[in-house]
Amino acid sequence: VNVFYLAAVGDVDGDVMEAADACVWDRFGFETRRLAPLPDPVNAYDLRRNQYSSVPILRDLVSRRPADAVRLLALTEKDLFIPMLSFIYGQAQLGQSVALVSLARLRQEFYGLPPNQRTLLARTLKESLHEVGHTFNLVHCPDPACVMSVATNIRQLDRKTGAYCRTCGVLLSESLSAVRRRAVASGETR
Amino acid sequence: MKARWDILVVDDEEIMCESLAAWLREDGYAVDTAASGREALEKAKAKDYAIYFVDLKMPGGIDGIETMMEIRKLRPDASIIIITAYATVDTAITAMKEGAQEYIVKPCNPAEISLLVERIIRVKNLQRENTILRQKLTRQYRCHDIISKNPRMREIIELAAEVASLRSTVFIRGESGTGKELVARAIHNSGDRASRPFVGVSCAALAETLLESELFGHEKGAFTGAAFQKKGKFELANGGTIFLDEIGDISPKLQVDLLRVLQERSFYRVGGSEEVHVDVRVIAATHVNLEEAVREGKFRDDLFYRLNVIEVRIPPLRERREDIPLLVQHFIERLSHELGKDVGEISECGLRLLLDYDWPGNVRELENAIERAMVTCKNRVLTEEDFGFLSTALGERKQWSVPTHLSLQEVERQVITATLDRNQGNIKETASVLGIDRSTLYEKIKRYAIPR
Repeated sequence: VNVFYLAAVGDVDGDVMEAADACVWDRFGFETRRLAPLPDPVNAYDLRRNQYSSVPILRDLVSRRPADAVRLLALTEKDLFIPMLSFIYGQAQLGQSVALVSLARLRQEFYGLPPNQRTLLARTLKESLHEVGHTFNLVHCPDPACVMSVATNIRQLDRKTGAYCRTCGVLLSESLSAVRRRAVASGETR
Repeated sequence: MKARWDILVVDDEEIMCESLAAWLREDGYAVDTAASGREALEKAKAKDYAIYFVDLKMPGGIDGIETMMEIRKLRPDASIIIITAYATVDTAITAMKEGAQEYIVKPCNPAEISLLVERIIRVKNLQRENTILRQKLTRQYRCHDIISKNPRMREIIELAAEVASLRSTVFIRGESGTGKELVARAIHNSGDRASRPFVGVSCAALAETLLESELFGHEKGAFTGAAFQKKGKFELANGGTIFLDEIGDISPKLQVDLLRVLQERSFYRVGGSEEVHVDVRVIAATHVNLEEAVREGKFRDDLFYRLNVIEVRIPPLRERREDIPLLVQHFIERLSHELGKDVGEISECGLRLLLDYDWPGNVRELENAIERAMVTCKNRVLTEEDFGFLSTALGERKQWSVPTHLSLQEVERQVITATLDRNQGNIKETASVLGIDRSTLYEKIKRYAIPR
């Protein structure tokens, strides 16, 4: 159990997938692999809101998670929501293994601005590190520059540095070490 | 830090419950869910949640408003947020009337819900802090918390506990810094007035006219600048205790007013014509010799006798040196916490130095000395060097040496004379300080022909 999987839910820009792959390998140090692209999540579509409910997508991802997956990060172009909130940038299982990030509101076009690939990549990486951080048991950080701080609008997301603060970094290392120890132990058992 | 607060999400819709709970957990809260009002009540009985998110419309059984009302009966301090998909003014008013803290319409902006929870938690943190501080304050001033193994102090503590629930006036005497207010608070907090206010007034700190309006309040327009009616300390202490410190310093006019309050339990506000009745226990204190002030005509004798119903005399620290080690340890423990310094004890030489010092400023001076030493201390143990600032005073004192040219009787005569002088001729006090009984003291006074 030591492979970090990435998946695209529906059509996702190939460059963005590449960047996320490199970022995950660089930051977490696990071998990365791609799952075959997943179909459009039609069962999660809400006609009234013209958005996609994140809960059924996450449930579907959990069921597709390969046995050797240490984590599974999925990206989608769909605009996500949970019933209580008007939108979410992403969602993760706290302390578990699946995370999901939506690119819909990370694109400049969503705000009526011309497309900007660099901005999209920067935002995607920040949001991916944030959601994956939750799977390693990190909660929201009070430091607005830390990638684990809560972003409820795009300005807050842009203000983050794209790195974990010192405290979150230490907590993440501890969590990663525990995961690696478990991975080694499970390898030995087999 | 946030994880200390528990939240319960109540909604019959599984996805709603699950997703909101997950979102709040990412914020660091411990979140449980309930699929119905009944399940919510069961969970509320078992755990004290700080915040409840309750959906207004839940089919079958009890709805959101009823659930909220039942939760409020079980947990009056909990904050309840009502959630609904259909905002109408009527439901909002009903929810708020029945005690909902907030009312939100789903779907809402993520920022809105984050700020809402943060605001509620901030208030809850302050409330919790307030409760802890109140408990700390009350605990600090109860009779059994007064630190002493001195027999005279133990007597005072017993007396304070005995008279705590009476309404009789208590008169506390003692030098500055001996802890007169501490004893007054201990009496208040140990009696049945403990839950009522304790109001302290330093009579020496204010000019006569100011003190008058401070004690009795004033009516609007009573004097220039009196733009509003203001309640005085006696009214503020109604049902509780008023502590009049440095009572020996009040003017003759105020002595008359005070006598009237003690006799009638009523007074007039400055500039007022309406009599104000109060139920207040008076505790007065002074560091001066009030009998002498009475003899000199500076203090009314009738007020003196009214005040001097239950007398408590607190001995100065130099007469209860056995308490110094206990007090030192207590201050080290308390101040290491407050100052955030890792100082745990005092060296033997350091303690010896404190035991040798005379402490004219009594316990307050000792506390200040420990604090000053701890601020500059570099180690875990306070040593003699940390109390360098006391050495000047000690140097003067150390000039006294054991007389080698006097007879034992002469030494005894001088000691008795000096102790009598210090206690203004009071036989009981002098005998207590010398550690002999009164009859022995009388005998020695007679034998050495010591003038009194």
